[in-house]
Amino acid sequence: MTAPKSLFQKVWDAHAVRTLANGQTQLLVGTHLIHEVTSPQAFGMMRDLGLKVLMPHRTFATVDHIVPTDQFAEPYRDPLAQAMMDELRKSCREFGITFFDRASGRQGIVHIVGPEQGITQPGTTIACGDSHTSTHGAFGAIAFGIGTTQIRDVLATQTMALGRLKVRRINVTGALRPGVYAKDVILHIIRTLGVNGGTGFAYEYGGEVFDRMTMEERMTVCNMSIEGGARAGYVNPDETTFAYLKGRPYSPNGAAWDAAVAGWRAVASDPGCPYDDVVNLAAADIAPTVTWGINPGQGVSITETVPDPAKTSVPDEKSSIEEALAYMKLKPGAPIKGTKIDVAFLGSCTNGRLSDFQEVARFLKGRHVAPGVKAIAVPGSQIVAAQAAKLGLDQVFRDAGFEWREAGCSMCLAMNPDKLIGDQLCASSSNRNFKGRQGSPTGRTLLMSPVMVAAAAVTGAVADAREVFAVN
Amino acid sequence: MSLAKISSVTGRGVFVPGNDIDTDRIIPARFMKCVTFDGLGEFLFYDVRKNADGSDRPHPLNEPRFKGATVLLSGANFGCGSSREHAPQAIQKFGFRAVVAEGFAEIFYGNCATLGLPCAVASREDIAKIAAAVEKDPQTEITVDVAKQEVRFAGQTVKAAVRESARDALVNGRWDPIGELLEGLPTVKTTAARLPYLAA
Ligand code: SF4
Repeated sequence: MTAPKSLFQKVWDAHAVRTLANGQTQLLVGTHLIHEVTSPQAFGMMRDLGLKVLMPHRTFATVDHIVPTDQFAEPYRDPLAQAMMDELRKSCREFGITFFDRASGRQGIVHIVGPEQGITQPGTTIACGDSHTSTHGAFGAIAFGIGTTQIRDVLATQTMALGRLKVRRINVTGALRPGVYAKDVILHIIRTLGVNGGTGFAYEYGGEVFDRMTMEERMTVCNMSIEGGARAGYVNPDETTFAYLKGRPYSPNGAAWDAAVAGWRAVASDPGCPYDDVVNLAAADIAPTVTWGINPGQGVSITETVPDPAKTSVPDEKSSIEEALAYMKLKPGAPIKGTKIDVAFLGSCTNGRLSDFQEVARFLKGRHVAPGVKAIAVPGSQIVAAQAAKLGLDQVFRDAGFEWREAGCSMCLAMNPDKLIGDQLCASSSNRNFKGRQGSPTGRTLLMSPVMVAAAAVTGAVADAREVFAVN
Repeated sequence: MSLAKISSVTGRGVFVPGNDIDTDRIIPARFMKCVTFDGLGEFLFYDVRKNADGSDRPHPLNEPRFKGATVLLSGANFGCGSSREHAPQAIQKFGFRAVVAEGFAEIFYGNCATLGLPCAVASREDIAKIAAAVEKDPQTEITVDVAKQEVRFAGQTVKAAVRESARDALVNGRWDPIGELLEGLPTVKTTAARLPYLAA
């Protein structure tokens, strides 16, 4: 009998090539995902050094950050965006890499495309030049965000130099209350453990709440691991994982499928395996959560008030609350509920999947966006868009006064035409509320679940979706 | 490939106060629309350094007396947020050769190490001491000693930790790992061959 091991340890051991002189591990990266923003410079370095891509068939490209969601035809209005698009196309052709270009019908946000295509698989290592690569951990993969120089390393050697992470098991037990979603779970975890709480750790999420979650919900949680400081986050693969992967374009099929599933089952953490840390949380304590500040840990439940810096004696805490409230133009101690919004954004790699739009559409039928609110719904991929259209969801959103857009990152960050203007306040289903994140240096972001975004959109203010939509 | 051995960095300093300075603040996302990193330096801290019309706002990096500083001093959790290497690249292209802060975000730290940009962790009190010396005399010479893990300035010495892996890589001139990774290729192939999803 060998000692019980965590999934992280098994995957790490299986992919460790050797120990480097500085003590780091040369880690094999089985799957490499790239997009237009962080890879062109890496291809430039490859050319400068005269290097070849070692395993071109293990790198997959898409375009997401810079694509305009209201324009399909090229050239794009923004010549810089067009230049990045052209550069990625050129590099993929030159180095023999599969590119899910917009004409393929499979383009979308990189963290939505990987799972959707069956590229993201349990027991694998995945790297991508994007911090939200942790999303892919939902499948029981060890997935890291990397920098551009590391993209070069992976292209040239299919490996990277990395120090081993510790593993923290986070159990969420019991059942979520009605109107509480995966997004609330992760906002609650980050609020509880802090935005740096995960530094040096990979998070293993488990417990009844995760056992019951769909793959899309697990992705929402794993997506934001990095917002809690954890480089990676994962859920052990189970029947839900296998059912999701079955029949996808890059999933194994035939006899290879059964062999793969057996391997995936075996890679899950062994009962009784050691963890570097364990945190237990109760699902019943989690409420619909909204951020009020300028990092994703600054959140409160919808029934709470924003903090009052006068009530804390910790100097650091006091100054960070003051800074956040001043930027957000919120009053100390005021209820978050009732805060007027200007923009509602549904989309991103956190909450831009089919189930997000399905769930919102359920409540949106017969409702309309409040006067003066700009509401946009942006499917995370062309496949999500096509599936939504098939179900008539696009029409539900349009009828309710939302703009229904082409797939992309859109208003999650300021690299395409979708941006906040001035100090607009945005109810957003995305993952970051940093200063200026949504494109205006004074723009303000409140993170929340898609259904909470919809409640804010139809009432014109931050609202308790459970009341607005009579969820109980 | 032979790389510079970076066992210490000496130069003048500038203090950019604040905790949780994220990569969006270091280089706003709209400046990431580029296909090379050249020229990123001028956009460092852009939104806090410039008004909408491009005129200067009060910011240490805009002050002529700190011009030419090569050691950046800051607070806790520096470089949090996105994994974009544009952030350390902008810092380096602006002219910085070392960063001393109370703490660094994980990915940012690694990205810096790979570029040969040492990041040293010092206590808040010690950073305040260095900042005070720089404030008093911007010409103060600061030495970030990577090998000894200390910062020397104005006759004082304070502790400044550099992670072992980064320290080894900087001091021994192997901060860019590509050479060593390429040497491992034969083992990469045997490791890959053992993994069913890569064997095909
Ligand atoms: S949706 Fe947002 S967080 Fe996700 S990859 Fe795009 S920009 Fe990054």
